Amino acid sequence: MYDKQVRRRRAVLALLVVVSLILLTAYFGESAGSPLHSVQRGVVAVLSPVQDGASRALKPVRDLFGWFGDTARAKTERDQLRKQRDQLLQQVVRDKVAVQEYNQLRGILNVDDNSGLQGYQQHTARVIGRSLDNLVSDRLQLDAGSGDGVRVGDAVIGSGSGDGSGGLVGHVSFVGADFSFVTLITDPSSAVSVRVLNAAGDFGLMKPSVGNPLDLLVQLLPRGAHIQQQDIVVTAGSRSSSLESLYPPNIPVGRVIKADPEELDTDQQVHVSPIADLRHLDFAQILIAANGSGQQRAQVGAAGGP
Amino acid sequence: MNSGDGYQLPLRLAALGFLTVVVQIAAVSQVTVFGVSADLSPLVVASVGLLAGSLPGAIFGFAVGMFVDVALVQTLGVTSLLFIAIGYGAGRLRELRDPAHGLTPLAVGAAATAFATVGVALMQFMLGVRAPVSWLLLRQVVVTILLGSLLALPVYALVRRIVRGSLPQDPRRRRRRAYTTGGLSPLQRPSAGR
Repeated sequence: MYDKQVRRRRAVLALLVVVSLILLTAYFGESAGSPLHSVQRGVVAVLSPVQDGASRALKPVRDLFGWFGDTARAKTERDQLRKQRDQLLQQVVRDKVAVQEYNQLRGILNVDDNSGLQGYQQHTARVIGRSLDNLVSDRLQLDAGSGDGVRVGDAVIGSGSGDGSGGLVGHVSFVGADFSFVTLITDPSSAVSVRVLNAAGDFGLMKPSVGNPLDLLVQLLPRGAHIQQQDIVVTAGSRSSSLESLYPPNIPVGRVIKADPEELDTDQQVHVSPIADLRHLDFAQILIAANGSGQQRAQVGAAGGP
Repeated sequence: MNSGDGYQLPLRLAALGFLTVVVQIAAVSQVTVFGVSADLSPLVVASVGLLAGSLPGAIFGFAVGMFVDVALVQTLGVTSLLFIAIGYGAGRLRELRDPAHGLTPLAVGAAATAFATVGVALMQFMLGVRAPVSWLLLRQVVVTILLGSLLALPVYALVRRIVRGSLPQDPRRRRRRAYTTGGLSPLQRPSAGR
C-alpha cells in the first residue's frame, strides 16, 4: 500500500516536471503566433476583465498599503527637503548680506564720485560695534585705526537705505591702533555746518533734536528762507581759515522733511532726515584728510572724544 | 466522509490558487515596500504543501505556477517548475518531519520566497534574458525574502483557515490525539480496570 502511494507520488511529480519542461521548451522555441502563445493570449483576454475588476475592487487595499509606503517615502523626502531648505536659507542669507554690502559700498562710491572727494584718502572699514543708547551717545566702532592712517576728526560717510545713495555719517572721535570710534551726526554733541541746496544756498548749523536723534534740525537759517521739502542738505565745508570744518564740503547729509514757514520765521530752522542709513550700516568710509590740518582736527576731536 | 468530501480539497485549492494569482497581480504586486513588492504565490504554495502534503502541494504548485506564467505572459513552465519544487518540498517536510514548532511556516515561507526569487532569476538568465547582476539586485532579493518571511505566518494562517476541514489529516489534530492518548486510538486505549 505504502509502496503504491510512493510510486504514485513520484509518478505524478515526474509527470508534472516533464510537462513543465515540455511546455518550457515548446514555448521558448515557438514564434509569437504559435499555438501556445495563442492559448496564452486567449487566457489573458479572458482573465483581463477579472483582473480589471479585482484591481478596482482592491484599490482601497492597495491605497492603504501604498499609504504606509508613501508616508515613509514622504518622511524621507521631508527630511531631505528640510536639509535642502536650510542650505538654501543659508545661501539666501549669504546672498542678501552680499547684496546689502554691495549696495552700501556702491553708495559710498557714489558719494565719492559726486562730492569731489578725490583729494582724500578713502579707507573703507567694517562696523564692529555700536553704542547701546543713542539718546545719550550715538557712536559706531570701526575696524580701522591709526595703523590704517585714521586720525581723530576724519569725516566718515556711509551708504543710504539701499537706493545707491550715501551721505555723511559723522566723524572719527577716538582712534586706537586698529579701531576707531565715530561720533554720528545724530549724537547729541554733534554739530555740522551745512548748506541747503535751494535757490539761495542757505547755510545753517545742523544738530539732532532732543529725544529724536534721527530728526536733525538745521538751525540759524536766514528768516524767510525759501526751503522746501526734499531739498538736499550738504556739508558746508570750511568757511573760515581760523576754524576749519571737520567735514569736507558738498557731502550729502540729509533731505528736508519739514519746512514750516512759521517755524522758519520764529526758530529759523527746518527738519532734516539723514541720507545715510545710520541704523543699518555695515560699512563706512573714512575720509583721511591731508597732513596739514591733522593737528588742529585732533585737538577738536579730542574734546568730544569718549 | 460523504461523497462530496473528496472534491472539497481540490475545489478549495483551485479557488485559493485563482484568488491568489488574481490578488497578487491586481493588488499585491502594485504595492512596493522598500522598492520591492511581495510575492504571495510561493508562500501560498508552501503553505498548501505544509498542510496538505507533497502530492497536493506539487499539483497546486504546478497549477499556480502555470496560471502565473499565463497571466503574466511569461515563458510557460518556468514558474510552475519552481512551484512544483516548493509545494513538493514543503509537503515532504510535513510528511517526514511533521514539524510542530509554530514558526515552521515562517522558515518554510522564507525558504520558498528565496527559492522562487533566486530560481526565477537563474531560469531567466539561463533562458538568455540579460540583466545586470549588481548589489542592487542582491539587495532586492534579500528584501524580497525578508518581506516573504514577514508575510509567511499570516498567509499560512489564512490558507489553513481556508482548507481546514477538507484536509484528510490535520497534523495538529493528529498530534493532539497522540499527546492525550499516548499515540493510541481511543478504541485501543486499555481500560483502567484491566
